[in-house]
Amino acid sequence: MASAFEYAPAPESRAVVDIKPSYGLFIDGEFTDAADGQVFKTVSPSTEEVLSEVARAGAEDVDRAVAAARKAFEKWSALPGAERAKYLFRIARLVQERSRELAVLETLDNGKPIKETRDVDLPLVAAHFFYYAGWADKLDHAGYGANPRPLGVAGQVIPWNFPLLMLAWKIAPALATGNTVVLKPAETTPLSALFFADICRQAGLPKGVVNILPGYGDVGAALVGHEGIDKVAFTGSTAVGKEIARTVAGTRKKLTLELGGKGANIVFDDAPIDQAVEGIVSGIFFNQGQVCCAGSRLLVQESIQDELLDALKRRLTTLRLGDPLDKNTDIGAINSAEQLARITALADTGEAEGAERWSPACELPSAGYWFAPTLFTNVTQAHTVARDEIFGPVLSVLSFRTPDEAVAKANNSQYGLSAGIWTEKGSRMLAVANKLRAGVVWANTFNKFDPTSPFGGYKESGFGREGGRHGLEAYLDV
Amino acid sequence: MPTTANAFADVTASDSTLRRFLHGLPGVDPVGLEARAASLGTRSIKTTAKAYAIDLAISMIDLTTLEGADTPGKVRALAAKAVNPDPTDRTTPRTAAVCVYPDMVATAKAGLAGTDVKVASVATAFPAGRAALDVKLADVRDAVAAGADEIDMVIDRGAFLAGHYLKVHEEITAVKEASGAARLKVIFETGELSTYDNIRRASWLGMLGGADFIKTSTGKVAVNATPANTLLMLEAVRDFRAQTGIQIGVKPAGGIRSTKDAIKFLVLVNETAGADWLDNHWFRFGASSLLNDLLMQRQKLATGRYSGPDYVTVD
Repeated sequence: MASAFEYAPAPESRAVVDIKPSYGLFIDGEFTDAADGQVFKTVSPSTEEVLSEVARAGAEDVDRAVAAARKAFEKWSALPGAERAKYLFRIARLVQERSRELAVLETLDNGKPIKETRDVDLPLVAAHFFYYAGWADKLDHAGYGANPRPLGVAGQVIPWNFPLLMLAWKIAPALATGNTVVLKPAETTPLSALFFADICRQAGLPKGVVNILPGYGDVGAALVGHEGIDKVAFTGSTAVGKEIARTVAGTRKKLTLELGGKGANIVFDDAPIDQAVEGIVSGIFFNQGQVCCAGSRLLVQESIQDELLDALKRRLTTLRLGDPLDKNTDIGAINSAEQLARITALADTGEAEGAERWSPACELPSAGYWFAPTLFTNVTQAHTVARDEIFGPVLSVLSFRTPDEAVAKANNSQYGLSAGIWTEKGSRMLAVANKLRAGVVWANTFNKFDPTSPFGGYKESGFGREGGRHGLEAYLDV
Repeated sequence: MPTTANAFADVTASDSTLRRFLHGLPGVDPVGLEARAASLGTRSIKTTAKAYAIDLAISMIDLTTLEGADTPGKVRALAAKAVNPDPTDRTTPRTAAVCVYPDMVATAKAGLAGTDVKVASVATAFPAGRAALDVKLADVRDAVAAGADEIDMVIDRGAFLAGHYLKVHEEITAVKEASGAARLKVIFETGELSTYDNIRRASWLGMLGGADFIKTSTGKVAVNATPANTLLMLEAVRDFRAQTGIQIGVKPAGGIRSTKDAIKFLVLVNETAGADWLDNHWFRFGASSLLNDLLMQRQKLATGRYSGPDYVTVD
């Protein structure tokens, strides 16, 4: 009998990133304390170690930041597009040059595996800035008429699941179109946005064009409600999105919302099974399932259900959960104690409602916030785990008999952000894709992102599109 | 233990049943397959894991010479290398086998006498496989008579691509019979089959025909072993065992030259077929230059510095 091939620890070095004991807000090109002197701590979710102490912005800081952005807007928006592009290209290159440092930082602050920050988050961040840099001098040709104008100051609130990538999705198109921004990162993951502020300084970006206000929900609310902003862009929960929509209603502010999801990953009986298994895994276990477009509902044709589930379970036993900085880790930590509690409660509900719960044998570290990859079978449309967004590594498995039934079940959701189709039959792929009410439909793949592709939701998953040519519209007065 | 023949008697009953079965296997999405192989290629294998992988890889090599210019002297030197890969370090494992043309089997056998290193012989009009069945079978019997422990046959790619699956199947079973006690490796020449769907079908065809190993390539065409085609074949042997209880080996051959590459293939084995295949009875590398790179890396791990090509033997 062969001895097992045990992978020795292969940790990425922490020494490549220098995290200071404290950070300020970034307003008008300078790091500054909060007006009321408040601070909060940010911890590493995989160890609960305190990484740094960060200034906590309040309403007064929002006034200062919006004023700085307003002042900067005049000159920034008057720059020729080609000049704005130079700054964006410079930022993109700096992100690439510092990508190892930023990847380690993001992994420490967020808890996701270094494999993902290194191979997915950071390359996409740079790609987004490169892509929108390219648009800055071509706005006349974007389909919105000659010389489309920017909106003004954008207030942007981003989530903790892809901290730097969501920042890039928000800031790159805003700057390319000539807007200035005030951005609030999530309270559990403020660090990469503050490192990005440093990159803005390195790139020589004019003062006030980008302002970063770390803080909690109160400062987010103050920002979106502020009189001085012209545009609100939010990515996060549907509940907060609804609140923002109410705040913004009746004002001049233009709004885009990218909210929750309960993506259906549909596997037909003629699917490429081994690749479908990989797609299911990356659909729900990528970033510990803390992805708004996660494929959290597996809809499998009943005739291949047993075979597919056997293959999926076998695959899940090979997932490596543990130290996010280890290059061989597949599953990292849950971002916060609060999120872990939410996932735990919803999974318990699934069990209480009679769904069958399964996880591979896996040892969870004693410190930090961890949740084992989990499958629920015997799930029906009536189960909470089939309807509510869990935002964690929990997959609900449902079956269907015919393509029509698959479409009906996939669309039977308050959300409509993403969906996946697995079949080797091209005609079926196209027919089903046309019937799905989801902003993104992946065919024989899942969770693939590209700056050229618009992304956004139907129904309670939000409105407006980010990415691609469509992403410009949200920041133009058109 | 079930036998392949009775478990699949209905499948191999006719050309049409065989075609239905092979075309009923799940399709392969090329983008997804290659992405999975690439992602497993990012595993970071260091220190103790690397030492384990290097020794395992050395022990899995079919040290190969398949040239028109092969001489008894060349084959004797190769046999000596297989038995004693690193004269400066006797703890180095031996390779699994030496792989030669049939007329060199006796020479190789003599050079390996008294060791557990096997002699593998290519046969069946290698590498093109373009000869009458009788000629191919005579080639196999000749190699076996000379003492070959393993036979590496090539399938008739022309028949496969023309859809004459039963012809390919019958040829494999005939060669299996002619091989007697020798273990049979069936080479698909994946670079000529071209599509992943074909490689999956060929894998099942080989396993149904009684292959002890399925092997990617001859090393004589442009595209030989790749992580993706090997991953696909590992999925095939995994699925075949789940269905029949019969374990079959896999041999990627051609183009694997560095330690880094070899370790990536071992990761594919570990995370696809599983630990049961991490043994030279079930996995081989068809290679020649790979061995010296493994030896240099092995010395580096032991001494902490690179020695260079003058510190390994060139044969």
